[in-house]
Amino acid sequence: MAEARFTVVGGGLAGLMTVIKLCEAGQSVDLLSIVPVKRSHSVCAQGGINGAVNTKGEGDHPDIHVRDTLRGGDFLAEQTSVKGMCYAAPGIIYLLDRMGVPFNRTPEGLLDFRRFGGTLHHRTAFAGATTGQQLLYALDEQVRRYEAAGQVTKYEYWEWLGMVKDESGRVVGSVALDLRTMEIRSLPAEAVMLATGGPGIVFGRSTNSIINTGTAAGRAYLEGAVYANGEFIQVHPTSIPGDDKLRLMSESVRGEGGRVWVPKKKGDDRDPTQIPEGDRWYFLEEKYPKYKNLVPRDVATREIFYVCRDMGLGVHGRDGVYLDVTHISPHVLDAKIKGVMEIYEKFVGDDPRRTPMIIFPGMHYSMGGLHVTFESGSNLEPVVGSPVNQATNLPGLFASGEADHAYHGANRLGANSLLSCIYGGMIGGPAMLSYAKNRSGSATAASSRVFESAKQEWVERFDRIRKMDGPENPYVLARELGEVMTENVTVVRRNDKLRKTLEKLAELKDRWTRIDVLDHGNSSNRPLSFVNQLWNMFALGEVMAKGALLRDESRGAHYKPEFQLPEPKTKDPREDPEWMKLWQQRHEKWAKTTLARNTKNGPEISYEPIPTPVLQPEPRFYA
Amino acid sequence: MATATQASAGTQNPAQVGEKWITFRIWRQESATRPGGFEEFRVPHRKGANVISCLMQIQRNPVNAAGKTTTPVTWDAACLEEVCGSCAMNINGRVRMACSALVDQLEWPITLEPMRKFPIVRDLAVDRSRMFDSLKRVKAWVELDGTYNLGPGPRQSPLEQAQRYLLSTCMTCGSCLEACPQITVDNDFMGAAPISQVRFFNMHPTGAMHAQERLHGLMGPGGIQDCGKAMNCVQVCPKEIPLTTSIAAMNREVNKQALRDLFTRDEDAEEAAGGPA
Repeated sequence: MAEARFTVVGGGLAGLMTVIKLCEAGQSVDLLSIVPVKRSHSVCAQGGINGAVNTKGEGDHPDIHVRDTLRGGDFLAEQTSVKGMCYAAPGIIYLLDRMGVPFNRTPEGLLDFRRFGGTLHHRTAFAGATTGQQLLYALDEQVRRYEAAGQVTKYEYWEWLGMVKDESGRVVGSVALDLRTMEIRSLPAEAVMLATGGPGIVFGRSTNSIINTGTAAGRAYLEGAVYANGEFIQVHPTSIPGDDKLRLMSESVRGEGGRVWVPKKKGDDRDPTQIPEGDRWYFLEEKYPKYKNLVPRDVATREIFYVCRDMGLGVHGRDGVYLDVTHISPHVLDAKIKGVMEIYEKFVGDDPRRTPMIIFPGMHYSMGGLHVTFESGSNLEPVVGSPVNQATNLPGLFASGEADHAYHGANRLGANSLLSCIYGGMIGGPAMLSYAKNRSGSATAASSRVFESAKQEWVERFDRIRKMDGPENPYVLARELGEVMTENVTVVRRNDKLRKTLEKLAELKDRWTRIDVLDHGNSSNRPLSFVNQLWNMFALGEVMAKGALLRDESRGAHYKPEFQLPEPKTKDPREDPEWMKLWQQRHEKWAKTTLARNTKNGPEISYEPIPTPVLQPEPRFYA
Repeated sequence: MATATQASAGTQNPAQVGEKWITFRIWRQESATRPGGFEEFRVPHRKGANVISCLMQIQRNPVNAAGKTTTPVTWDAACLEEVCGSCAMNINGRVRMACSALVDQLEWPITLEPMRKFPIVRDLAVDRSRMFDSLKRVKAWVELDGTYNLGPGPRQSPLEQAQRYLLSTCMTCGSCLEACPQITVDNDFMGAAPISQVRFFNMHPTGAMHAQERLHGLMGPGGIQDCGKAMNCVQVCPKEIPLTTSIAAMNREVNKQALRDLFTRDEDAEEAAGGPA
């Protein structure tokens, strides 16, 4: 029998942490990534990583972190995983510190923490404004150590195409594509982890790297994995619009004191530095006196959207509000958020230390993803080492990081994503190992026929795509997909527009069959791979749009004005019994996980109740 | 072939709306074993456009300046925010990141070529594995006992953090190797990036425990002594990392280490494991 191996797909934080855990347990890992792992999208995270280390005398505690996270996600998150994550967080930050991440320090030499949205505590450890980059490098370095020792085989510039299942339906490996030679190969594995990130490119332009097409998760869904909460898409309140992408302006800008405002008078075209305080409207500070500019992202995004689209108060009459740090000393800005300042300077040409930035919300993150499970211990945290953790409904297939659905509910708090990626890998690796140990036979004992026929199917599919020479350009179809998804499935959702979106998706799928692959060769044929990915992107688009259409309520990032609860009569909604009744009704009907299963007729949506052993749901308000 | 569908999707003929055109001269080479050459493209100018957004326009309408349908250009890119290190290429003869190369700040026509110090993969995409191999050679990591919760790491002053942070943003883009006159596509000089990484890890309190192993990694063929002190690296680094300061500092450490090695016998290994003074 051949040596037992594991496959991890994706070289971001979730994938690399999974690899490290498997290697520590003495296993051998094949690591697949469409780019060198050091270039994975985790590098883009700017602001930091949360952990209730409580070094600022604020009485912070993991329990408060749990509460902020569950409340921030409007009680749609899987509760035991959130508790496990928040309790593990301080240890994870210490671990990263030991790995050499250059976290910012206090004068005493301790880790420094900044404030982030959706909490009142200084809970976010940070390395300048490139925290994701530093964290990814730290894990990349540890994986390189295992690679040098021969435990990890990297398949960089390899794309995961699909699963290999044995006769019983167990996942026993993957089929993968070499993006340089276009060779297709099947890779046996005891278990497969999809840590393939988010689907930002389904929205065309987003804050995501252009590699984040969601293709692997989309394909897994098409092959039978359940996709959950697909309609929950986070639109980050502050990004710089661009023709190629929307560049993120980290929440840390507001965490360090950045203020959001617009001129009070419509059409006030004065230079922003010449507009006196009295003529500025700091609308977040006015509406949310407690959290001010650090309300959760969905709240900030809707307010900015409302001020621009409904009130017409956007800067220069267009989409955009000021994000102002000119009152902060340039020295402090450079020490804490230089990376963000530089992005604005480089890509816009203005110095944000001197003139207020102009920003607008941009698609940022998918709370939804492949449905995964957890085994809860008596402490209401996942039992580390249980094969149930991070497992999809397909035996042998696991998911973690942005590709899973569990940790963020209806809205993710800033600086919780790096944490959930690392925690998902920390419990996902051991879960894969115990899964493999519990199985009677090794995956490599599966008949060679299953590997050969899975590979052959893909070879034939790619042969068909390679010959496509119709009138449709795949990149134009992708742009149209992005435009319709951004217009109708981001900040404000309306059922008529969501129905139109599904019609448009059907049209795009039809046009896909008349695509010109643009390149019929076998040398680094990127369009060939992209045409295949595009199909999977359409599938995810359908899951998101249909999930949004059927969920007739507003919750977190999913906002439907037609189904909005009325405003409560009291500042604290819990003091308004009439309103609480409405809230309770809505809660009973909709506080459920959306499950999407692929059928011949597209996604079939059902709902699963969410156990709430950790925290009883309550109305979410930040005023 | 520009179709009606494409025109309706935003690639309308810019001549009709009086837009400016940018001419691109782009290196095309199907693979390392095929001959290469320039192909010209004309792309409608858009405000705020950068080299990547123009390459994306070509993807949506892969027709060259002569009106002939061609294959889309192959290039590497991911984050488009200058943190992933993918899109380094020669733009108008100078190596830089394509995502932050705004067309309004470049001379037109714009010439795009792959980096020449790395084996070509296709068009503008190259194989930078020599850089990742160097990171293995110099053991660019902190030796960790395990990923268990062992409590906080060592205390460090804000000044130490600031110094390390400067070095930490190296994204292995290859610009410093491309600009280095000592490096050729087929020699083995490691270039500035891994040397600076040795300094980065040797500055960390735990990393310093294994400083001499990394210094040994800098010795020998392809190591630090191949540096010709041309100082080009520091001028092209997109992250403004003080690469030449790192090289000078590591040169001193390597020389000290070489002396120590001369006088250290195997039985003194335990003492030597205390690291450089």
